[in-house]
Amino acid sequence: MNPKRKKRLQLIIFLVIGFGAAVGLLMYSLSQNINLFHTPSQIAAGEVPQGRTIRAGGLVVEGSVKRDNSGLGVTFEVTDGAANATIFYEGILPDLFREGQGIVAMGQLDANGVLQASEVLAKHDENYMPPEVKEALEQAHKDGKQSMQEAANGGYGTDSETNKAGAY
Amino acid sequence: MWQKLVRLYHRLGSPKWFYEITSGWIFWLTLVSVIGCVAGLVMGLLFAPADYQQGDSFRIIYIHVPAAIVAQSAFMMMAVSGAVYLVWKMKMAAWVARAVAPLGASFCLIALFTGAIWGKPTWGTWWVWDARLTSMLLLLFLYFGVMALQRAIESEEASHKAGAILSLVGVVNIPIIKYSVEWWNTLHQPATLKLTEKPSMAPEMLWPLLIMIVTTYVFFALMVILRTRNEILWHERKRGWVQELPEMLGGKR
Repeated sequence: MNPKRKKRLQLIIFLVIGFGAAVGLLMYSLSQNINLFHTPSQIAAGEVPQGRTIRAGGLVVEGSVKRDNSGLGVTFEVTDGAANATIFYEGILPDLFREGQGIVAMGQLDANGVLQASEVLAKHDENYMPPEVKEALEQAHKDGKQSMQEAANGGYGTDSETNKAGAY
Repeated sequence: MWQKLVRLYHRLGSPKWFYEITSGWIFWLTLVSVIGCVAGLVMGLLFAPADYQQGDSFRIIYIHVPAAIVAQSAFMMMAVSGAVYLVWKMKMAAWVARAVAPLGASFCLIALFTGAIWGKPTWGTWWVWDARLTSMLLLLFLYFGVMALQRAIESEEASHKAGAILSLVGVVNIPIIKYSVEWWNTLHQPATLKLTEKPSMAPEMLWPLLIMIVTTYVFFALMVILRTRNEILWHERKRGWVQELPEMLGGKR
């Protein structure tokens, strides 16, 4: 390679690496702002300001969903495994909303620490499988038969992976 | 081996060689694109089972994921062409970059559009400013920027240079898109297809997706070749070998 080209190539590599490093630092310092939502742990630790519009995300706790007797209001808890946060929402929930599902709610924390949500979005995980396989997996999980689980599994979407949606 | 690669590289710099060798490829690439597209879509839309969570709405994955992957690959291809142009001043590289830009932008737009359609029934919203969606939108704007630079500057050399520099700078966005779902918490789910692990998808759903990804790459290659050939014809239109081409003579008579 002749020296002129070599110099240009070095300059380009330097440019890309330098710019990449600058953007990397920027992203690192802004990481709190880039996160779409706060975790229940952050809310419990008091890191989230009251009265400001924020998003909170987590898995809907099994058995925590309580619907109002009148109207569309619904109260439920979300968890990240370490802490829980209570959310109140009045409106139509997305189709994928169910207990155990990952959700992201937008709203303000009131004085009682309850998130008064104006919007609830459902997350879905990265596992795709037919319903029969899901049922077989759950059945196997209930029976505790490891061998059957592996057979029904076929090597994708193991139970631990299915639950990984909770790994916020 | 290395000698062969160097020779291939030098040949790629020759517009005439590229034009001649790709003439025979167009038919086969078209054939593979059509067959792959029909096979992949029929398998994905009619034969793959519905998802346990999302039902039938997951099927848009067969358009969304291939488009998103190719949109990112196209940008990397543009950046590599840009680097080759800047270092070796190879005109062919600049023409390829010019051919790729609108294609990549189209795939990026398809990915964003199908993503919005998918988001509404599953997440409950068309759009959310999470890291994955925002970085993908940035990719679209980078494409528009590169396209503008490649075309807006009067001097051809300066416009090639400007486009190449922006695509090299913009390529930093590609790893950000890829890892956005891991570095930050987002509404978008993490990757289903992983390089190091087994994909978390049932095989009867996965096969059509893999077929669609390969087909989209083949279709993209076909389009790049066709567009690069047009660039060659335009830039070399005064040269003897172009004027002697049968397709050129046909028009004159």
